[in-house]
Amino acid sequence: MAATAKQSAVVTLPTDTQILITREFDAPRHLVYQAWTTPEFIKRWWSACRGEVTVAEIDLRVGGRWRYAMIAHGDFEVAFHGEFREVVKNERIVRTEIYEAFPEAGALSTETFTESDGRTTLTLLVDHERQEHRDAHVQSGMEDGLQDALDLLEEIVESLG
Amino acid sequence: MWDMARAATTTDAFNAVAEPQRRRILDLLAEGERSVTELVDGLGLSQPQVSKHLRVLREVDAVHVRDDGRRRLYRLHGSALKPIHDWVKAYERSWEERFAGMDAVLAELKQQEEDDGGNG
Repeated sequence: MAATAKQSAVVTLPTDTQILITREFDAPRHLVYQAWTTPEFIKRWWSACRGEVTVAEIDLRVGGRWRYAMIAHGDFEVAFHGEFREVVKNERIVRTEIYEAFPEAGALSTETFTESDGRTTLTLLVDHERQEHRDAHVQSGMEDGLQDALDLLEEIVESLG
Repeated sequence: MWDMARAATTTDAFNAVAEPQRRRILDLLAEGERSVTELVDGLGLSQPQVSKHLRVLREVDAVHVRDDGRRRLYRLHGSALKPIHDWVKAYERSWEERFAGMDAVLAELKQQEEDDGGNG
């Protein structure tokens, strides 16, 4: 963060069912892969500073299961789980992803690690079975801003008559 | 948090901007008011296609239309899209917080590799 501009996460919605998240890291990809897949490290980053990660279980092989859980704002649990479909070390992970509060909304997450000049780009492509699940997913990531957005939405709905 | 009834309208707005051709229309309208003919020329789509997309965008209030003689002029109504923009930005922020956490982990891992002097 000192001399070079810090990269920021970029989120786009490429199709009706997809969310694409891209971020560059100042580290070679084997380290990014390690930080991404090792329970002790997942516990440090997965909560996004919004709570304490209580579970980071990951059986990193095809057919292996994973489950992450956190206690958000000290009161409610947010948990995801799924199964690995593809595991190519340091390159690519494909896994199913189910938000436990809304288990019918399954998604397939494709995680790609690309290295260039010692820096690594991580791309996360989350593809939902149905569009409303994708939209609900986007909403779920934003507890903090949710009320503001909903207030705005209310105004727009009213203006539409 | 997962109130699907409440999400329905937003779903429509998401849908409106998720479609690539509709995003191109919004991009063109961001530059200024356009007639359907101008949009057809600018996009290389057929008039029925453009009209269909414009109808979807009007339904979510993302574009407004006015009559100018025989022409119908469309213009962007960006504030209708603000909630989606805000939602995506908030989602982006929550991921950025995670990635910042990964940055801290990665700084340690890099340091550790250097300390190991290439033995790792």
